Amino acid sequence: MGTTLAEKLWADHLVRKGEDGAPDLIYIDLHMCHEVTSPQAFEGLRLAGRQVRRPDLTIATEDHNTPTLDIDKPIADLTSRTQVDTLRNNAKEFGIRIHSLGDADQGIVHVVGPQLGLTMPGMTVVCGDSHTSTHGAFGSLAFGIGTSEVEHVLATQTLPLKPFKTMAINVDGELPEGSTAKDIILAIIAKIGTGGGQGYVLEYRGEAIRKLSMEARMTICNMSIEAGARAGMIAPDETTFEYVKGRPHAPEGADWDAAVDYWRTLTTDDDAVFDTEVTLNAADLEPFVTWGTNPGQGLPLSATVPNPAEIADADEREAAANAIKYMGLTPGQPLRDLAIDTVFLGSCTNGRIEDLRAAAEIIQGRTKAPHTRMLVVPGSARVRLQAEQEGLDKVFIEFGAEWRNAGCSMCLGMNPDQLKPEERSASTSNRNFEGRQGKGGRTHLVSPLVAAATAIRGTLSSPADLADADVLVGAGA
Amino acid sequence: MEKFTTHTGIGVPLRRSNVDTDQIIPAVYLKRVTRTGFEDALFAAWRGDESFILNQDEYKAGSVLVAGPDFGTGSSREHAVWALKDYGFKVVLASRFADIFRGNSGKQGLVTGIVSQENIELIWKLLETEPGKEITVSLEDRTVTVGELTVPFEIDDYVRWRLMEGLDDIGLTLQNEADITAFEATRDAWRPKTLPAKTDEKFVVEAARPAQ
Ligand code: SF4
Repeated sequence: MGTTLAEKLWADHLVRKGEDGAPDLIYIDLHMCHEVTSPQAFEGLRLAGRQVRRPDLTIATEDHNTPTLDIDKPIADLTSRTQVDTLRNNAKEFGIRIHSLGDADQGIVHVVGPQLGLTMPGMTVVCGDSHTSTHGAFGSLAFGIGTSEVEHVLATQTLPLKPFKTMAINVDGELPEGSTAKDIILAIIAKIGTGGGQGYVLEYRGEAIRKLSMEARMTICNMSIEAGARAGMIAPDETTFEYVKGRPHAPEGADWDAAVDYWRTLTTDDDAVFDTEVTLNAADLEPFVTWGTNPGQGLPLSATVPNPAEIADADEREAAANAIKYMGLTPGQPLRDLAIDTVFLGSCTNGRIEDLRAAAEIIQGRTKAPHTRMLVVPGSARVRLQAEQEGLDKVFIEFGAEWRNAGCSMCLGMNPDQLKPEERSASTSNRNFEGRQGKGGRTHLVSPLVAAATAIRGTLSSPADLADADVLVGAGA
Repeated sequence: MEKFTTHTGIGVPLRRSNVDTDQIIPAVYLKRVTRTGFEDALFAAWRGDESFILNQDEYKAGSVLVAGPDFGTGSSREHAVWALKDYGFKVVLASRFADIFRGNSGKQGLVTGIVSQENIELIWKLLETEPGKEITVSLEDRTVTVGELTVPFEIDDYVRWRLMEGLDDIGLTLQNEADITAFEATRDAWRPKTLPAKTDEKFVVEAARPAQ
C-alpha cells in the first residue's frame, strides 16, 4: 500500500521511533517565533541553563500586538511594549534573527516565512501560533505548538509527537468568477464543522486546488485549524517551485536541482488510503460569508440568516441562537442587507499582495460608502512596500481607506485596531469568535473581493452586485 | 526537574468539581512574560473571599490539593500548572482530570493522581476534621496516606517513570541527543537556514500616520 504526503514527510523527519507508547521524535526544519507565545519559553531555557540548539533554523518577528500607526514611536500600550521588548532582548541573548518594527521584513510570521523563501516544500515548520498551517500550502508539514513545545524546539530542534490521522479534501470542478480560495475554505469548514478535522492532517487535492496560485493555497491551508485540524497541506507542483525560485533563501544551482528532484516525489501515492475523505464541487461555490460566531457558521452571500428553530441538532440549535443574539441578527434577514461599519482587509489569511491587488482592482475609481470605514493592513512590511511600488496605496487612499503598517492588527485586536461594542465588520481574517476583534464586536468573515465590494456598497456584497450600482458599470459581473 | 519519589505536606480539601483553568488562573494573568511568580494568580477570583480554603491559616502552606472531579477543564493554558506549582503544590488528587491539563502537569513535574471519589470523600473528611493535617504521596507505591488511611492512586506508567527520574520532556529528548546529531548530519544541503540573513534591504519603511 502506498503512503500519503503527510506520512512521507513524517518518515523523512523521523529522528527516533517511539517505543512502548512513547511518541516519535520528529526533526523541525524551521521554527518561527513572535512576541506573545515565546517569552516563557526563553525564560524556561534560561532557568534550565540551556541554549538554543539551532539559531540558524529559527527566526523571530513582531506582529501580534504591534501598532499599525506611528511605528517609529515607542509602543504606547505597556503590555504590548513589554512583550515586544522581551522578544528583542531574548533574540539578542540567544543569537536569533529578528525582524523588528520598521524593518522591511517585519510582518505576520506566516507572511514573512514564505516571502523570504524560508518556507518551501518537504519541510517541517512550527510556530507558537495555530495558523502555522499556512505553510502547508508548499507541501510541508506545518503546525502550531504551545509554549512548552516552543521551549522544546528551541532546546532540541525536535518534538516528541504521536502520528496524526489523514483526511483528503477533494475539491473538483472549476471555481466560478467572483469566488475565491477563501470561499472554498469557508465552505469546507461549514461542511465538516469546526471540530471535523480534529486529530487530522488535511490534504487539499483536486482540480480546483491545482489551479490556485500559491497565495490562494496559503489562504486555504491557513484556515485548516478552524476546522479543528492540526495541519493542512497541498502537494507541491510547478506553481510552488515557481513561487519559491529566486526568493532570498531559495536554494541555488545544484542545490536547487536536488531540491526540485526531491520535491517532485512529494505526492500522495495513487494507492494510498486516507483515514477519511471529503469531496466538494468548486463549480457550486458562490461567495461565502459567516453569519455567526464560529467559522463553521457560514452561508452563501445570497442566503438569509438561519432560523434556529429549523436546526435539528440541539447543540447546534443553541449555538445558532446564541450567535444570532450576539451578532444582533434576525432569522430570515438576507445577509446582503447587513450594513457594515468597518471593512478589514489584512491578516495571515488574506493580507498578501494578491489579496491587496484583487481588492484594489475592484475599488479603483469607485467611492466608498460614507458610513463604512475601511482599514487596509498589509501582512508584512514587504507586502506594503510592494503595493506602494505598484501604486495600490494610492488607490486605497483615494477610495477613502486607511493605509497602515504591517501586523496582525484587527485580526485579533491586541493592538489599538479594535471594533467597538456592537460594531459590525466584514473581515478577511479567520476568526469570528465573540470579542475577537474587540469587546462586543461583530465579525463577518469574507474574501478580499467581498470586502472590497462591501466597502463600496456599505452592505455585505460581492463584486457581481456592483454591476447594478449606479457608480460605475461593468465591474466584476 | 526534581526527582519525585514521595512527598509529605499539608493537604488542602477543595470541595468543588469542574474547576476549569479559567478558575485556576484567570485570563488577565496571561499577559505576563515571566514563567514564575504566578502564586498570586492561583484561584485569583476566589482568593478575595475570606472563607476560601487557602485563606485559612491552617491550609495556607498546603502542598497537596485534593479536588473534586473534572479538575483542569477548559482552555489549554499551561499557566494553570505554573500557578499551582508556584504556589507550592506538588500533587493534585482528584477522581477525574481534563486530558490536556494532565498532559501539561506531567511535563512540568506536577503529580496528578487519580483517586476514586469514594476515597476522595474519606480524605476530605480527615483533612477537615484536623485542618493542617499532613498527607503523604508515594509515587513509588502509588499510594496516598493520611493518618491511618492508605489508599491507592492511578497514574500513567510512562508519566510516573518520567517524574521519578526527574526528566522533563526536554531532558528526555536530550538523552537521545546522539540521534539528533546523527540525523542532522543527513539533512539535505538545500534545506534553508535563517542565518546568515539574506534579505534585500533596499526598501525603507515609513510609518503610517493617523488620518487627518
Ligand atoms: S493575523 Fe491573526 S490569525 Fe494570523 S497570526 Fe496574526 S493574529 Fe494569528
